[in-house]
Amino acid sequence: MGAGDRSIIGSSAVRLDGWEKVSGKSLYVDDLRIPGMWFGGTARSPVAHGYIKAIHRDPAFDWSQVVVVTAADLPGPNAVRMIRDDHPILAADEVCFVSEPVAIIAAPDRDTLIKAIDALSVEIEEHSPILTMEDSLRAEGIVWGDDNIFAEYRIHSGDPAAGFRSADLIVEGTYRTGHQEHLYLEPNGVIAIPRSDGGIELLGSMQCPYYVHAALAHGLGLESTRIVVKQTTTGGAFGGKEDFPSVLALHASLLAQRAGCAVKMVHERTEDIRSTTKRHPSRIHHRTGVMRDGKLVASEIDLLLDGGAYTTLSPVVLSRATLHATGAYYIPNVSIRGRVVATHTPPNGAFRGFGAPQSLFAVERHVDRIARELGIDPLDIRRRNMLRDGDQFPFGQVLKEGVGASLVLEQAIALSEYKEKKASKAWRCGPDPHRAGEKAEQAEKASGAQPSAQRTSSAVRSVRKGVGLSLYLHGGGFTGAGEERISAKAQVRFVSEAQVEGSFIGSSQVERASVADDQIERGQSRQGHIEVLVSNVEMGQGASTVLPMIAAQALGLPLELFSHPHPDTSRVPDSGPTVASRTTMMVGRIVIDACSDMVAKLKAALAQWHEVRPEEVELANGRFVACGEELGSFTSCASRFSREMGPLLGEATYVPPAGLRWDEETYRGDAYKAYSWGAHVVEVEVDMETLEVRPVKVTAVVEIGRAINPVLAVGQVDGGTLQALGWGGMEEIKLEGGRYLNDRVTTYIIPTALDAPDIEVKIVELPYERGPYGAKGLGELPMNGGAPALVSAIEDATGLSASAIPVTPERLMALMDEGSEIRKSKAGASNPYLAAGDADCGAVEDAGETP
Amino acid sequence: MAVRHDEATEQGPGRKLTIRFTLNGSICEATVPPETTLLQLLRDRLNLTGTKCGCEIGECGACTVILDGRAVASCLVLAGQVDGLHVQTVEGLAGKPAPTAEELHPLQKAFLDRDAVACGFCTPGMLMSAKALLDENPEPSRDEIRRAISGNLCRCTGYIPIVEAIERAASEINRQSACHEHDEREA
Repeated sequence: MGAGDRSIIGSSAVRLDGWEKVSGKSLYVDDLRIPGMWFGGTARSPVAHGYIKAIHRDPAFDWSQVVVVTAADLPGPNAVRMIRDDHPILAADEVCFVSEPVAIIAAPDRDTLIKAIDALSVEIEEHSPILTMEDSLRAEGIVWGDDNIFAEYRIHSGDPAAGFRSADLIVEGTYRTGHQEHLYLEPNGVIAIPRSDGGIELLGSMQCPYYVHAALAHGLGLESTRIVVKQTTTGGAFGGKEDFPSVLALHASLLAQRAGCAVKMVHERTEDIRSTTKRHPSRIHHRTGVMRDGKLVASEIDLLLDGGAYTTLSPVVLSRATLHATGAYYIPNVSIRGRVVATHTPPNGAFRGFGAPQSLFAVERHVDRIARELGIDPLDIRRRNMLRDGDQFPFGQVLKEGVGASLVLEQAIALSEYKEKKASKAWRCGPDPHRAGEKAEQAEKASGAQPSAQRTSSAVRSVRKGVGLSLYLHGGGFTGAGEERISAKAQVRFVSEAQVEGSFIGSSQVERASVADDQIERGQSRQGHIEVLVSNVEMGQGASTVLPMIAAQALGLPLELFSHPHPDTSRVPDSGPTVASRTTMMVGRIVIDACSDMVAKLKAALAQWHEVRPEEVELANGRFVACGEELGSFTSCASRFSREMGPLLGEATYVPPAGLRWDEETYRGDAYKAYSWGAHVVEVEVDMETLEVRPVKVTAVVEIGRAINPVLAVGQVDGGTLQALGWGGMEEIKLEGGRYLNDRVTTYIIPTALDAPDIEVKIVELPYERGPYGAKGLGELPMNGGAPALVSAIEDATGLSASAIPVTPERLMALMDEGSEIRKSKAGASNPYLAAGDADCGAVEDAGETP
Repeated sequence: MAVRHDEATEQGPGRKLTIRFTLNGSICEATVPPETTLLQLLRDRLNLTGTKCGCEIGECGACTVILDGRAVASCLVLAGQVDGLHVQTVEGLAGKPAPTAEELHPLQKAFLDRDAVACGFCTPGMLMSAKALLDENPEPSRDEIRRAISGNLCRCTGYIPIVEAIERAASEINRQSACHEHDEREA
């Protein structure tokens, strides 16, 4: 199809949702108000495990002014529909995690709501909880099923036993990662509005309108035609609004049905941190057979994830973790066992990367360990083993298309001057102009004297620099046959002048809370434009810009004519959830096909009108021509079509790519349609007095097939990289008795502007034949590489090798103490790295002393 | 500062107070319960929902507004405290209620051009912190910019585009004011 002369793809068009966002006019769910709307809240379990004896209502409170819903009041099955129906809407008998919802309440105003929640107390017979993966595996207490195992996968290739026998050396290591909170800036929130037909209209912040739709139909026992789900502007998600909004949507809808009016439920931040899903903690053990030259010959991996109390998406998270377990390397003989177990902690769920970051952290740290034990450079061992065209994964997939591993690695090495820095003692221990200047300045201010060269040099001796790298990949789109199962659909719809709709969210009941009433979404005030109708949402990642760019390119029309309305299940087909880096790569492709369908319909009509054959009609530069005769502009022809023949709609359904096959039974085959590749080089400064780590500079090179909008693509890498550095270096959920201790933004620390390093991003492109204009998945990719590269850089700077994240100063201090213990017991020789660290820059103890 | 109490309801739990302040250049009067925060006043009473609520305890910066020239977390300011003062919110940044792309404030334009906006939830607060900085310090260093927005959390962008956008806006504002001065001299 004519792509037009101008190329929209590859241009950095400004975000189509940008104007509303910078002018404060975007309406997030908490900005919406329905007349007569009530507010909903939740009474939660204070304990990790127990049995509900009674729910007491304080007689001093006037219960007639509120509505209360407990498990006993549910109109349908007590299950939040997800992979399995094991997650209760409200705890009925047993409570399985701290903050599990026991009752929900709605009140006409927030003050009454708070009083009502306080007036309701849950009497629970407390039982001892299972809180760790190890305790869960021992199955001394049962959290879930018969054995606490939500899912298990095994992968086997080659002959691992023979591989290990042939190895020169066997290296083992265990790697751990912790919970991570999404900390999207906008907390989870929804508004449920009862419909006159007994159905529900649900507005909310979410990634997957059709997941919420299915959960409401199931949990409320309603026909799906009586449920409408509309996504509102979503203030970040990162997976945290994939499965959880179904829970909140059910709660708000139950209350709305009971109260007979709209009910808003928006989490307060602490409640959001306490009760929503997190990234699965992991414990991954690697045992690897290697040859003296660094060649990996055999690998045994035992992978364990903590799923929390209910299944949520854990089996799929585990699947992706298991399939990414060997990282970006070729190993001929492999045995992997992956398990996700239940604990009495809040259910863990989707988070950018979806299991892959845990696996990549482990394998990347392990490869560093092997390099250390063999005495070879971390770069060389990666070069020796990285995946190349024609290589086979342990699950049988042969890499047929552009493998970007070598490309990203070599470019990252060159751009970052990794080798030079790694080899340069002067760089590593040399004065840091930033810190040196700062300290000298302080000294100068304090003493009023000129800074002496001596003072400056001693001040910087306490700071050590290091550089670390990671090489990684990410499979784009759903795992296995997920795309085939969901069979996504997309539409493009021509909206002629007469059909332009007025209201933003389509609900006549929504009051525009903002003062100015002029902000009808710009796309809808346009005359004669094309809507991209999909169920994939804009959540900050740029879908509202990238999908219209793809459609504009496909039709050869200016981008200004296109919009991506907020998904509304009464208007958009099910193109699947906004997850798995699939929106551009998978749905974008279907949007192109929908554009082709629209053009075919127009050509058929034009052929009829002008008495030519459809194949004689051509579209070029936004105009139709046939046999040298101009038939009119796209817009005028489309308008005529709409007038004479009804709505002009282009429709398409996902077409499975030929030649790819996944067998769920044997768990073998083509696990992903295409892989994206990345390499990170992280440079850090470590203050050897306080053990504070400052990532100074990151070089990220990613191969993503094709960047539809390069500036937005770079933004994804910037943001994902910092999120990964946060996970690796500072973000830690502390649990006590199954309770999250740090449930505030000042105690659960994410990187601020002062923590953010300079990030240099380079995008390289090996176009993917099936992707829209060559594009592959991007959103999750950068999450996979930041943490291992950070930890590797810390090791390079300090000689302290961490195998668990986050590497906080406390953890580094513990490692340092361990190191001194080893030295004292003269076992130091067995850990040359600790000794080497000291030898590089002088003893730690005398660092930072001023003469 | 003087706070006028609503005489009819001065006593008891239902008492309210009336405050008068300048909001985005216009005089604004409101009668609210004394425990009302500035954030609640803006969002719930005055329907200025551009100012976001991310934590309500001053930790995330999404509710940042400018109060008499200083960037403050509006969730930590009681409405009564702004009596007689000047409050600027994101809605007042461009100087008119429905600015076209051309009429946006240089900071807003730079945020768009540099893609310093993603999910957009931190954006209004971020813009107001940046505005307070540039009003005070027209040529901030990168470190000064980072410090000025260090109370505004962003989970999408990695901050780099935001810092660059503020830098770009600063030079644009300085260029404009230099042109303006030049024009005045010429006149």
